[in-house]
Amino acid sequence: MASEVASTTIPANQTLKLNYLNNGHTLKSWLLTTDHKRIALLYLVSVSIFFFLGGIFAMLIRLELLTPEGDLLTADNYNKAFTQHGMIMVFFFLIPVVPAILGNFLVPLMIGAKDLAFPRINLLSWYLYIIAGTLFLHCMMNGGVDTGWTFYSPFSTEYTNTNIIEAGIAVFIAGFSSIFTGLNFIVTIHRMRAPGLTWDRLPLFLWANYATSLIMILGTPVIAITIVLVAVERAFHLGIFDPRLGGDPLLFQHLFWFYSHPAVYIMILPSMGVISELIACFARKRIFGYKFVAMSSVAIAVFGFLVWAHHMFVAGISLYAAMIFSFLSFSVGVPSAVKVFNWTATLYKGSISYATPMLYAFGFIGLFTIGGLTGLMLATIGIDVHVTDTYFVVAHFHYVMVGGVLMGYLGGLHFWWPKITGRMYPEAWAKLSALFVFVGFNLTFFPQFILGYVGMPRRYWQYPPEFQVLNVLSTAGASVLAVGYLLPMIYLLWSLRYGPIATDNPWNAAGLEWKTSSPPPTFNFDETPVVTWEAYNYDEIPDVPLEVPVAR
Amino acid sequence: MHDSQSTAGPATVMQYETENPALRHHFADAQQQKNAASLGMWLFLVTEIMFFGGMFCAYLIYRLMHFNAFAAGSQQLNIWMGGVNTAVLIVSSVTVVLAVKAAEAGKRKVLVGYLVVTVLLGMTFLVIKGFEYAEKFEKHHVPGPTFNFTDKFDDNGKQIPVNSKEAELFFSLYFAMTGMHALHMIIGCGLFTGLAILAWKGHYTPTYFTPIENGGLYWHLVDIIWIYLFPLLYLISRHS
Repeated sequence: MASEVASTTIPANQTLKLNYLNNGHTLKSWLLTTDHKRIALLYLVSVSIFFFLGGIFAMLIRLELLTPEGDLLTADNYNKAFTQHGMIMVFFFLIPVVPAILGNFLVPLMIGAKDLAFPRINLLSWYLYIIAGTLFLHCMMNGGVDTGWTFYSPFSTEYTNTNIIEAGIAVFIAGFSSIFTGLNFIVTIHRMRAPGLTWDRLPLFLWANYATSLIMILGTPVIAITIVLVAVERAFHLGIFDPRLGGDPLLFQHLFWFYSHPAVYIMILPSMGVISELIACFARKRIFGYKFVAMSSVAIAVFGFLVWAHHMFVAGISLYAAMIFSFLSFSVGVPSAVKVFNWTATLYKGSISYATPMLYAFGFIGLFTIGGLTGLMLATIGIDVHVTDTYFVVAHFHYVMVGGVLMGYLGGLHFWWPKITGRMYPEAWAKLSALFVFVGFNLTFFPQFILGYVGMPRRYWQYPPEFQVLNVLSTAGASVLAVGYLLPMIYLLWSLRYGPIATDNPWNAAGLEWKTSSPPPTFNFDETPVVTWEAYNYDEIPDVPLEVPVAR
Repeated sequence: MHDSQSTAGPATVMQYETENPALRHHFADAQQQKNAASLGMWLFLVTEIMFFGGMFCAYLIYRLMHFNAFAAGSQQLNIWMGGVNTAVLIVSSVTVVLAVKAAEAGKRKVLVGYLVVTVLLGMTFLVIKGFEYAEKFEKHHVPGPTFNFTDKFDDNGKQIPVNSKEAELFFSLYFAMTGMHALHMIIGCGLFTGLAILAWKGHYTPTYFTPIENGGLYWHLVDIIWIYLFPLLYLISRHS
């Protein structure tokens, strides 16, 4: 076995099995594919491009904040930089990243189906993503937008001179891309499960994606109509949100956050699903409290819709509404804590190994816990009033959205990389980059908690000199983080050609996706599998020591 | 679910299913495909309800905030055109149901007939809506620089103090909601034209007419949205 995994070339005498990667090499076979695995790879490429674009803006922001003076960017350009950073990262990276890449690849494999229920709609959602992305890039080239990613009215509808309508159309189209993905997942999980794969045998990654899809189809149309109303108001000078014309800007904030708060759960839930898979596999144990973890995903999706006004505690909503929303925001902490506690309980007496995906899973638990607990602080009205619009908030949501989502995504990408490509990644480099990401992340964002607490407001390009030390630390951390993100791109590309050939199940994992070949054939399974086991039956899988091949 | 089929004659069912040209490769059988398509359509309708829900929410809030202006604005709408359009849409819903029935029975020409009638009714609605919009332009009831709302009166001819800006908000919502609805009607007419052409070519059989059913669901939803729009926009304080 050792010789098998260590070889980097396919033996000449062995006939190459037809898989989804070598089944057609033309550009057309990729651009017109309806194979969910190829669409996942299309997403992988395009989402990564947007990630690095958003990262460039992040570096611009951090470089500007290296000194107290506004010396690198003008105030206007700084506004545009953080707006482009936010919009690209939220709409073109965080929302699609795990569902559209890992979800697209894994949902049919995990349920033993040949494809998603609507393969052509799946391709359509990638094209919508590309159209939206192109429009957004065009808007960016023509000066960009300076409202912040939140499009707050009346600034967005009356005052700014930047191209709100074009950016709005881009977000609208990207929204439909995510609606179609969600719709596809729900129908697939309902209708396409292999015989024997009952709901209580469903891998937790699928439960998480199911809950995410519910938010996608219920929330995204609301942001779509909100953006239409903003665009119409701006184009025809209607008064829907303009107080001078009888409208109410608070209504915009309500409609916006009705989607945009649940959108945070669109981002984090699939990553939580990934973590459940990783923890079970690398602790060699059935997940503790399977049903609670599964239901907590659904509970987060439901509660997530009831907390939006905690973004508006200082916007002028009534005190009583604020108290109710504060209470409801606390209640989201319960299902989130259920997950963290159950993962920890799964680790108890598990035989834990420390491959790269598990390192990311540990990173996720730590960072998400900090992000989640500071979220509870922010749900407290008194503290929220004190730190609203400061770096405390920025640090909090980066801990959840970057610390949480990206840790889950990178962990999952490494975990399923052998299944996706048929090659192993270089373990030593991967561990190094996981370390870079963890250290860099904390160095970037932990100082921002302190900065915010002592009063540095967000979205300013200058600051009093006493804040400089912490800002320098943060910028230094961002540089480390950037290295941590660039490294995987290099060694994962390298592994496509030089990585050791992966076996069908290199982690000795339990999921259905590991029971087909690596990479899988176009229709996933040679014969429709019949599922007769519970999810995560690691107690029934012979506990082979995990020898992770190392590239030399 | 499939057990009843196997008792009826497994060999012929299997044979039929492998030959069914409408069955896409990734489904196990036609039943699974049909179930998936109809669940997908229902979920799409859910997204449509959430989409319109944002505007209904805005309507509700502003109607509570500016009731007088909304009532005055509502009374300026042409109740006859709106009423006739409501009737047209209800009749079109009936023809859609009859089309689905015809598809189920395999009556190709009847199916095409009902689909065409549905499209014609949809277009009638749009034409009437067009005349209604034209009337709004003539009366300067279109929001914007030319907006002018001076006719303020109640049923007894008494003057009601109405803030022109608030009335403009009513008409903003009127155009946003009916405009978005009309866009859905245009899409529906295009969809049904396509269905009629495919039905004419004999695409649909008594065992495969899911697109007709799903198209029907879409049409009904657009109708139902109008059924809500009509009283909410046209009938505020119309009682006398």
